[in-house]
Amino acid sequence: MLRAQIYITLKRTVADPQGLTIKHALESLGYKDLTDVRMGKLVILKLNFKDKKRAPRQIDQMCKELLVNPIIEDYHFKISEE
Amino acid sequence: MKPGVYHSLGLSEQEYQNICKILKRQPTNTELAMFSVEWSEHCGYLCSRKWLKLLPKTGKYKTLIGEDSGGIIIDDLAIIFKMESHNHPSQIEPKQGAATGVGGIIRDIFTAGARPIASLNSLRFGPLSQAYNKYLLSGVVNGIQFYGNCVGVPTVGGEIYFDESYSGNCLVNAMCIGIAKKEKLMRARASGKGNAIMYVGSSTGRDGIGGCSILASHEFKEGEEKRPTVQIGDPFTEKCLIEATLEAINTGYLVGIKDMGAAGLTCCTSEMASAGNSGMDVELKAVPRREENMEPWEIMMSESQERMLVCVKKGKEEQIKKIFLKWDLNASVIGRVTEDGLVTIMDNGKIMAQIKAHSLTKAPIYNMPYRKPRYLRKLNKLKLSKIPDSKDYNQVLLKLLAAPSITNKAWVYEQYDHMVGTNTVVLPGSDAAVLRLSRFGGRTNKGIAATTDCNSRYCFLNPYKGAQIAVAEAARNLVCSGARPAAVTDCLNFGNPQKPESFWQFKNCVDGIAGACRAFNIAVVSGNVSFYNESPQSAINPTPAIGMIGIINDINKTCSQNFKQEGDIVILLGYCREELGASEYLKEIHNLIRGDTPQLDLRLEQAVQKTALQVIEKGEVNSAHDCSEGGLAVALAECCISSKCNMIGANINNLNYEMRADALLFGESQSRIILSCNKDSVEKIRKIALEFKAPFCVIGKTGGKVLRILNDIEELIYLPLEDLYKEWSGSLKKKIEG
Amino acid sequence: MKFGVVVFPGSNCDQDCFYVIKDVLKQPVKYIWHKDTRLDGLDCVILPGGFSYGDYLRTGAIARFSPVMKFITDFARKGGAVLGICNGFQILLEAGLLPGVMLKNRNLHFICRYVYIKTENNQTRFTGLYNRGQILKIPIAHNEGNYYIDAAGLKELKNNNQIVFRYCSATGEISDQFNPNGALDNIAGIINKKGNVLGMMPHPERSSEKELGSEDGYFIFKSIITRLKNKRKW
Repeated sequence: MLRAQIYITLKRTVADPQGLTIKHALESLGYKDLTDVRMGKLVILKLNFKDKKRAPRQIDQMCKELLVNPIIEDYHFKISEE
Repeated sequence: MKPGVYHSLGLSEQEYQNICKILKRQPTNTELAMFSVEWSEHCGYLCSRKWLKLLPKTGKYKTLIGEDSGGIIIDDLAIIFKMESHNHPSQIEPKQGAATGVGGIIRDIFTAGARPIASLNSLRFGPLSQAYNKYLLSGVVNGIQFYGNCVGVPTVGGEIYFDESYSGNCLVNAMCIGIAKKEKLMRARASGKGNAIMYVGSSTGRDGIGGCSILASHEFKEGEEKRPTVQIGDPFTEKCLIEATLEAINTGYLVGIKDMGAAGLTCCTSEMASAGNSGMDVELKAVPRREENMEPWEIMMSESQERMLVCVKKGKEEQIKKIFLKWDLNASVIGRVTEDGLVTIMDNGKIMAQIKAHSLTKAPIYNMPYRKPRYLRKLNKLKLSKIPDSKDYNQVLLKLLAAPSITNKAWVYEQYDHMVGTNTVVLPGSDAAVLRLSRFGGRTNKGIAATTDCNSRYCFLNPYKGAQIAVAEAARNLVCSGARPAAVTDCLNFGNPQKPESFWQFKNCVDGIAGACRAFNIAVVSGNVSFYNESPQSAINPTPAIGMIGIINDINKTCSQNFKQEGDIVILLGYCREELGASEYLKEIHNLIRGDTPQLDLRLEQAVQKTALQVIEKGEVNSAHDCSEGGLAVALAECCISSKCNMIGANINNLNYEMRADALLFGESQSRIILSCNKDSVEKIRKIALEFKAPFCVIGKTGGKVLRILNDIEELIYLPLEDLYKEWSGSLKKKIEG
Repeated sequence: MKFGVVVFPGSNCDQDCFYVIKDVLKQPVKYIWHKDTRLDGLDCVILPGGFSYGDYLRTGAIARFSPVMKFITDFARKGGAVLGICNGFQILLEAGLLPGVMLKNRNLHFICRYVYIKTENNQTRFTGLYNRGQILKIPIAHNEGNYYIDAAGLKELKNNNQIVFRYCSATGEISDQFNPNGALDNIAGIINKKGNVLGMMPHPERSSEKELGSEDGYFIFKSIITRLKNKRKW
């Protein structure tokens, strides 16, 4: 059994109003040393792959096809054994 | 300078030479970038300006034409409104494309000093049988609700059409209406030597750089990676901007204000200076940015959202700053007004661009050649004898009620907050949205009605008449709500203006709008042109979307489309002709887009509208609904079922036309309105119709749980209301969600 | 009977609430900026609907840290009346002034339409003018109205009669079919144990005038006024 953690974030050059608002809110609560806050998504997949070598390519395809909006998002993922 | 450079910015050889002539030298990079966006089709209206001059700017109500919007005056209130396109970005990234479209048009309204009180949108997509179109529709609706709901402006109306020509190039036209006390209106100009130029709103990034000159001035070419950074909308910041801006305007210390939309800082600086007949010095160092190492031209071209430029009276900068800071918005002085007529852009004191404001804003005017497409001659021919009459009219009616362009759109508008502001008196689902004005002071009993309309298939088959019909239909929809048509904003969507056939469509549509508006004596107070709506598949149908508002003198006398009670008399104003050309029926059932548009007699149209308006204002009528796509049968069905908790059937047994049954039921003859009223009102209505010379006929009675339509003694339609409702209400959701 | 309407950055329905109190009910009312730190002389505080802080991160999550919330918490502790509408309700939940949490609507869409709610508890100061079981036609407009609380919490709400409104049919039937957003037990509005803090998802300020389609919401505000008037008489 394999476990994939896919981190999806806005591309660096894309505006992140949520991140900015959260940064201001944290600062108003007294956390002063923040330089940047970005919001993203974490998608966790559990896969029943027998051939572990296939996994990275398949997950990458899933990202490209559905999970990620390539116009505004970047992604990276980790695969581990359950 | 190498041709490659200015070509990649969308400037022609001739235009480049002109720029060198104007500057009397070669342009700097920053200057070239500024010209390329100001002289792009989207900002400069190079191909269209000549023809737009034909549109009437005066009408029965006093008009106001500003730099970025326009409106009319009613008593002491100014009603400002405008419609704008955001087609190409929505095709690429539908949610953010639509969201930023909504945001952009709202900014044009509140920068005029008007509080935005309603949004509408006119959307067009390819058929839902294609997955990408489903994705686009869902994305666009999501974008509109994401932005509109959060920013607190109710989305109260609009239209959605589907046609093959929009596959590959969807249309998202966003309209916004705002109200202000007429003395509080603002202009988008900078004047007064020494006055401050202040930047307010979100910081500047590399969003959409070259968006307008690259995206909107060229068609999509498959395979080419024209995917510049897409702008992300921030409705929360916009909401804060609305409140801060209106507060700032109230101080009286603002000379002018302008939204940074397409072409961002370039557009604002040059257009504000030009409009104020002045110049300005701008220091880019002072521009708040969220990216490092931005080049001067990048800052000037950036289309980061939710930013505005404000001209503040000298000495009042701190007071204005305080207001924006209260709402946690950036506010910094980035320049000063000068009297030299020049827009001087400096980066750390070094001059990067210095151009006469008027040169930037007076983009060249082009005389585009036009030619009637040859295919139209053949397409306009329609031999009715070659079209087999349907055998089962019930099935046809059910099919039409389920057709995406006709079917109930609740799946869409229930995702929009259409009630915030507590001004919406007639909610989505009727012919027009109606808003009360009583909350805007003065104990007024007045209201406004708003609608968007355009049948693009008509415009494809006959651009001139199709555009006239768009205006007539918008007016008819307003009249059915009890409003007097007052003024128009237009959003003109067309293909490549460099193709003579496409330009012929544009020119004829503008002619059509001008003629119809003059006949109704209403002004076109604002608008937008979007060219290059083409994909490798095809150009879109010519789509001159008409946004119209009407004035309701007594909000207690509004009207909506559904039958209100059993036993009412059903009246038809206008008459039915045997015409099936360009109809939804012909497309849905016979898969044909052929023929000419239905006839439009503007005098007959006015007679019918004046009659309907007067009887509604006199309170003699319980419901009013106009006939449009799908014809008489669809309109009658909608009268029966559009109020879910009060569905009422009808027995239409007094039609007596000598024509094919399908033409009678589904033909789209213009200038027809269905009224329902108490028995006692019939004679009063007949008298008024006679006075205005409007054709009048009692065609039946409401009641029961069935819609029954006969022609002479032949029963053509007999359908239980549940069956009608099932097809009409469930179709869109099923097609989108599966 | 002085009302205060709190304005957070992003609040949308503050002006609507202000208008209903001032022009429809003709009562004194003032705006309270989220950074204000005084609530003197107020009898009732309204947290209006909208998208405070854009609903970024979680709805109500940032607003609940606004300076004014400390004073609203104090005000509530001392027995002052607090009404949270829609986003206001969400803020009260994040702030812990009411128990439970709001999740995304089960159909994952924003929903704006009229619904019917049943008055389950008419003994509160907000519902005193309604009959027990009275059905009200009031609109909803939200993305996150799917109320959730754990089993123990739900038991407590029921035991203490804290469920004030439930979504129902036009004739009062409470079933999943008439639950617009998936809220647990069709819960549309709840009150705190003390009975002075009410949170509700539907918008009573949008149904306080016949002209707009329903006047049923008017009586929530009227109930508060009547109760306060009666209190003063003693």
